[in-house]
Amino acid sequence: MLSKKQLFTKGMMDISPHMLSVIPFGIICGAIGVELGFSPYLVYAMSFIIFGGASQIVFLQVLSGGASSLVAVTSVGIINSRHLLYGAVLSEYLEKLSFLKKLLISYIVVDQGFAESNKFFKKNKSEQHLHYHLIGTGCTMWICWQVATLSGIILGSFVPAELGLKFTIPLTFIAIVVQDLKKIDHLIVMITCGLSSLLFFDAPFKSYIIISPVIALFVASLILRLKK
Amino acid sequence: MTWFSIIIAGILTYFTRMTMIALVDRDMLGDKIKAVLEYVPSAVFPAIIFPAIFINDYGSFIEMNDPKIFGAIVADYCWLFFKKYYCNYFIWIDFLLVFNFCYI
Repeated sequence: MLSKKQLFTKGMMDISPHMLSVIPFGIICGAIGVELGFSPYLVYAMSFIIFGGASQIVFLQVLSGGASSLVAVTSVGIINSRHLLYGAVLSEYLEKLSFLKKLLISYIVVDQGFAESNKFFKKNKSEQHLHYHLIGTGCTMWICWQVATLSGIILGSFVPAELGLKFTIPLTFIAIVVQDLKKIDHLIVMITCGLSSLLFFDAPFKSYIIISPVIALFVASLILRLKK
Repeated sequence: MTWFSIIIAGILTYFTRMTMIALVDRDMLGDKIKAVLEYVPSAVFPAIIFPAIFINDYGSFIEMNDPKIFGAIVADYCWLFFKKYYCNYFIWIDFLLVFNFCYI
């Protein structure tokens, strides 16, 4: 049985490799915001208030493109709606926590943190204070994201676009899902999701990001039915 | 107005994170839904990966010889072979190689 501190540290260690991709992405996020003509304070406040990676970039791009605030906010909501799915998965492991703790932890649930903690939770269901792992991943991500965005705001246009730093984010997600490639059912679900995302890429408000997982989960339910 | 939009976007984002964790009782979900939720990582992350690899900044499909495709393949192999955390460093090197040598 691991102590709270050990679980927290394990969460920090588990998420740390993802920093190699999250930090450059955060720098881009800060730099893009300033380049698009937004105030540095506003760009940084977004990292604090929204704390939502790609959705922050989309928000700024949509606004700077002349779209209304309603469109920008809707886009952010739709892009981040995938967190509903993460929450549904994590609720199994967090159900014993107090309502207040659930409210606080919710703020720091992000893609990479979810992926690493979910993996850890599945393997260590008997641990008593599992949520400390999630706090470890979430806090580490939060600190790195804030520092990276701030660096991007300061460095601004010094970050050469040719480096293609945006590509670091898909790389980190590849690292997360690649272990499931060997399982045929997961592979089918991944391909379904990937192809649907390309098919629906032009859907309004970037809604492909939630349409394709819903289609993929429908396929997953069919697979489960066939398995029986 | 922009500040107000950011606050609304932040609240909306927070609600997407919090709703299922704090407001929905796990027991409300049936066994079938719980079984399907096992597939969430596989059903969500490719929606981020595929467009980032196969679609360029202008919204059109990239060519088959684009370095991003090779980068993704190398990244896959790195993880399949080594299965350790330091593989991310390999991915990082892969990314640097692909973009520094092919694009610049």
